[in-house]
Amino acid sequence: MALFYSVRQLEEMEMQSALPLWRQILLASAEESGITPEQSLEKMGAALDAMIAADADYDPGQSSHSRLIGGDGERMRRYVAQGETICGDFVGRVISGAIRMGECNACMHRIVAAPTAGACGVMPAVLLPYAADHATPREELIAALYIASGFGMVIATRASISGAEAGCQAEIGTASAMAAAALVYLHGGNAQQMSSAVAIALKNMMGLVCDPVAGLVEVPCVKRNAAGAMNALCAAEMALAGIRSRIPADEVIDAMRAVGALMSPLLRETGEGGVAASPTAVRFRNDFFGK
Amino acid sequence: MDIFDLIGPIMVGPSSSHTAGAVRIGLACRRILGEEVAEADITLSGSFAATGRGHGTDKAIVAGLLGMAPDDVRVPDSFSYAQEKGLLFSFAFGDIPLAHPNTARLVLKGERGAEADIEAASLGGGRIEIRRLGDMSLRFSAEQPTLIIRNEDRPGNVADVSRILSEGKINIATFQVNRNSRGGEAVMVIECDTPPDETLLRRIRALPGILRAVYVSQE
Ligand code: SF4
Repeated sequence: MALFYSVRQLEEMEMQSALPLWRQILLASAEESGITPEQSLEKMGAALDAMIAADADYDPGQSSHSRLIGGDGERMRRYVAQGETICGDFVGRVISGAIRMGECNACMHRIVAAPTAGACGVMPAVLLPYAADHATPREELIAALYIASGFGMVIATRASISGAEAGCQAEIGTASAMAAAALVYLHGGNAQQMSSAVAIALKNMMGLVCDPVAGLVEVPCVKRNAAGAMNALCAAEMALAGIRSRIPADEVIDAMRAVGALMSPLLRETGEGGVAASPTAVRFRNDFFGK
Repeated sequence: MDIFDLIGPIMVGPSSSHTAGAVRIGLACRRILGEEVAEADITLSGSFAATGRGHGTDKAIVAGLLGMAPDDVRVPDSFSYAQEKGLLFSFAFGDIPLAHPNTARLVLKGERGAEADIEAASLGGGRIEIRRLGDMSLRFSAEQPTLIIRNEDRPGNVADVSRILSEGKINIATFQVNRNSRGGEAVMVIECDTPPDETLLRRIRALPGILRAVYVSQE
């Protein structure tokens, strides 16, 4: 049995102990892995630092081996800087951050998988702009990462975090749910609200297929990080407003697993279905692997 | 499953299986060889062959052979480091029959003459497994000190080996016995919490029925 197997369990942990939920996740997971709480905190701190460093490391001139990826994060950043976006500065920076990190990953930079490399842009895209605007202390961001990992582990245990197993709902969908829980935590919400945010985020991504063009973690992956980040904002705001998911998070996760099992293998990372099967994608694949 | 499988690993992109796992495969093979790699003939099979180049699988394996970790920022430039260090390598693409979809075969020669022929699979999320070593089928990650022992398949060998390890105060993490090696031989794969020293290895090698004992250290 995994450490955290239900969202209900996380809600109960918060209700039944005076210790904050993130601290309980930290203590239980450190004990399970045979490391001290201090070592665990150091490791989570290193993950946060690596996210920040990866974001700072973005190079607008970089492009991936296939040349499909590069420059869009910078394009978005410049557009936001002009101040004429539809959604305003914060959301603009979230979108730009997600694309920048997705591009860094495609271009073989050092990133933090969260929960996977393909979905690595979602978490930093919401955390870093939030921290900048709210002057969030480092300890709080680390606490938010524990919250995200606790909910993420439930999804990994009950369903999957692998596109090859359950489609992109399991990768970008899980990243989005983890980010939503982290945001609810940072904005003062309780475990029940985190649970609703997780349920809402996953419901909104239910059925998303994994269809990487030419089998590369590039198209549609990079832009999907932005969608996952936006979905996390949307789910967190709803949960903080007091909107509750009509379907409990655990049942949503179980449904996601069932949907993954129903998915054709063509839609599970083989690069043979979805946009990967479009005429343009097939032409690209032939050109790229033909040369 | 660990929380750092959800937030982490810290790695060079773009793919945990095709990049981070590939670095780990190179690193594991280097440990098995037990010395600096001088020559490597690498075959990529299945999905490694189909999308490996686009995921930097080739650079990642060479990086691992040079001793780099999955989060080493030099991974993308491993080919030029290989040139600097005089590591000669070649890549072939082809299907290895019955292999896991993400499999690489590495035929290695070491600086001091060691040789190894290894098949390894990337299982997803950066986890890997050695599946074949020479003509032995086996399964281990090479991420812990590991003893690989080939012996005549007869009673007493397993007990003898465990006794020597326990006398040396070596805690055994996992112990597998495979009978799938050729005629009448078995292979033990023993993952240890702490590395056994030379004396213990010598005592094991001296046991009756032990044909070969390979120790994979963590350097
Ligand atoms: S489409 Fe597939 S490869 Fe791309 S991010 Fe989604 S799950 Fe990962």
